Amino acid sequence: MSALLDVRDLSVRFVTEDGPVQAVSDVSFQLEEKQVLALVGESGCGKSVTAMSILGLLPTSADPSGSVSFDGHNMLGMSSGQMQQIRGKEISMVFQEPMTSLNPVFRVGRQVGEVLRRHEGMSRDAAAKRVVELFELVGIPAPARRVKEYPHQLSGGMRQRVMIAMAVACNPKILIADEPTTALDVTIQAGILDVMRDLRDQLGTAVLLITHDLGVVADIAERVVVMYAGRKVEEADAGELFAHPQHPYTMGLLGAIPRVGSMRGESRLQEIPGLVPSLSAPPDHCVFAPRCPRADDRTRSELPALTEERPDHFVACFYPGERGGAK
Amino acid sequence: MTAPVLEVTGLKKHFQVSGRLSATGELVYAVDDVSLAIAPGEVLGLVGESGSGKSTTARCIMRLLEPTAGTVTLLGQDITHLSRQHMRPHRRQMHMVFQDPYSSLNPRMTCGQLVGQPLELHGIAGGSELGDRVQDLFDKVGLGDQLRHRFPHELSGGQRQRVGIARALSLRPNLLIADEPVSALDVSVQASILNLLVDLQEEMGFACLFVAHDLSTVEYFCHRVAVMYLGKIVELAPRDRLFADPKHPYTQSLLSAVPVPDPEVQRSRRRVVLQGDIPSPMNPPSGCSFHTRCPIVEERNKVEEPVLRDVGGGHQVACHLVGPSGEAPKLVEEKQGV
Repeated sequence: MSALLDVRDLSVRFVTEDGPVQAVSDVSFQLEEKQVLALVGESGCGKSVTAMSILGLLPTSADPSGSVSFDGHNMLGMSSGQMQQIRGKEISMVFQEPMTSLNPVFRVGRQVGEVLRRHEGMSRDAAAKRVVELFELVGIPAPARRVKEYPHQLSGGMRQRVMIAMAVACNPKILIADEPTTALDVTIQAGILDVMRDLRDQLGTAVLLITHDLGVVADIAERVVVMYAGRKVEEADAGELFAHPQHPYTMGLLGAIPRVGSMRGESRLQEIPGLVPSLSAPPDHCVFAPRCPRADDRTRSELPALTEERPDHFVACFYPGERGGAK
Repeated sequence: MTAPVLEVTGLKKHFQVSGRLSATGELVYAVDDVSLAIAPGEVLGLVGESGSGKSTTARCIMRLLEPTAGTVTLLGQDITHLSRQHMRPHRRQMHMVFQDPYSSLNPRMTCGQLVGQPLELHGIAGGSELGDRVQDLFDKVGLGDQLRHRFPHELSGGQRQRVGIARALSLRPNLLIADEPVSALDVSVQASILNLLVDLQEEMGFACLFVAHDLSTVEYFCHRVAVMYLGKIVELAPRDRLFADPKHPYTQSLLSAVPVPDPEVQRSRRRVVLQGDIPSPMNPPSGCSFHTRCPIVEERNKVEEPVLRDVGGGHQVACHLVGPSGEAPKLVEEKQGV
């Protein structure tokens, strides 16, 4: 079965005043139909840049290479006209900050309707009707009243629901959600995650979820790609990844989260010493080596390739697994 | 019992809504009758969702905001109505770490200047002594000495937060008020900042009011926890009791909404998903302020306001549905069998 979205060897380089910055290096992954795939990593790991490059939202200083195939077309080489046919219709995006991604001077109903009028050629009235349905779909109470409100009148959770309504207005095949719940409270987050799950089940929308929150990943993702310093370091199904993390970075991340039930004195949070390496001079060896407890001469001189360490579980590390035995 | 470092009684903060549209002078009841006390060396967590008034409470205590009513007593001295000038000597006793390490540091000062400034302003150290003190502080929070001459924008978020902590602790305050100190940081950085706060707190023994929305962080760091909802404390208990046996329906649902980073556990457990949003503090609901979202609401809750009462073991809760000896109401039917 061919994947819905096939990202191969994606690299993104930014040209800056201080020289080139390699934000993403050779990242490949496939998003299947109806799948929820999570790109996980800390800030600066390239997860958002990866998502933006799919939709051609990168600034002009960016130089992407590799391929992003959707429906048989390489999205990287598309003209802005072609891209506009896909963006918002076939693939749409939800951003982290629901306040800044809505226009404050227009009513939310009109903003969502605009997508329908633009892509589906709907009349103003038809679009308005459909917007009310969409609001209902994403669980906005009293939708007929809410469509007439301005963004500032809505709470953060409601705004994010509006954004999701806008994103799914044209029944896209793929929804890219960039930290959709990061700005929200946990009780609201639980609701938003439920909405995304429902949309996947009802409309069959595949979701590319970008997040740093492993709790969210555990909740909703089926497949997980862990990124570090612009590279994919591990990929597996969610259950497998949490049960048998192979890369020291993934293990570090899992050990760094305080869990309900963990207390100081009893256990110390695991720190990952050091800093994310500067991407302006990416190392030609394992990117995690400077912070890795298992690093040795080999990791400091060679780049580990992605290998299938366990069934359908890929990791880029010379000493993977719980004990880190050399391969 | 030793005298508390901080005692807050009946604190209220009402904001006047201004602007043409509401000339009627409506009020936002941001903090409505909050009382709490922090013993020396104790870490009290203040949790709640956005809009619950936890930050406003912290700011009123710091006198960054003028409380509408109530008293704030710091080390036995009522500081609620002190003038700026009279407040100044007391500022040595409490310091704040802010959420956003990007906007809370003056971009035109070097990190060394930022950390040294409180010492200078309070006339504690100057000249070469100041330099030594700053270096000590940098060591203490795990920042390299070479960063003293850097500007905040040259540092990572975690490093900046360390600068903020060094600055806050430079005067060895008795009380540290930390307003979401880790929520803007990455998980691995969060872990190191939390570890740092734990270490410093144990070493220096300051009392701390730790404001956060993340329950797992609070559980990790705090001795006692107060849960706020719509400007009021709805539950206050020692950490172990609160997490093992949450009484208030709001606390229960909040705990159940925190995703567990383990797919098997997370996908099999029952969640209490609250309906709707936190109501507007401009027009708080009658009776129990949680009744609009409470899954087990009863008629009585809509009219009668529950008061915070002790149910034993220092566990206080404001809910009608909690039994007289603290039997917690059940939000979801227990699963049959397994």
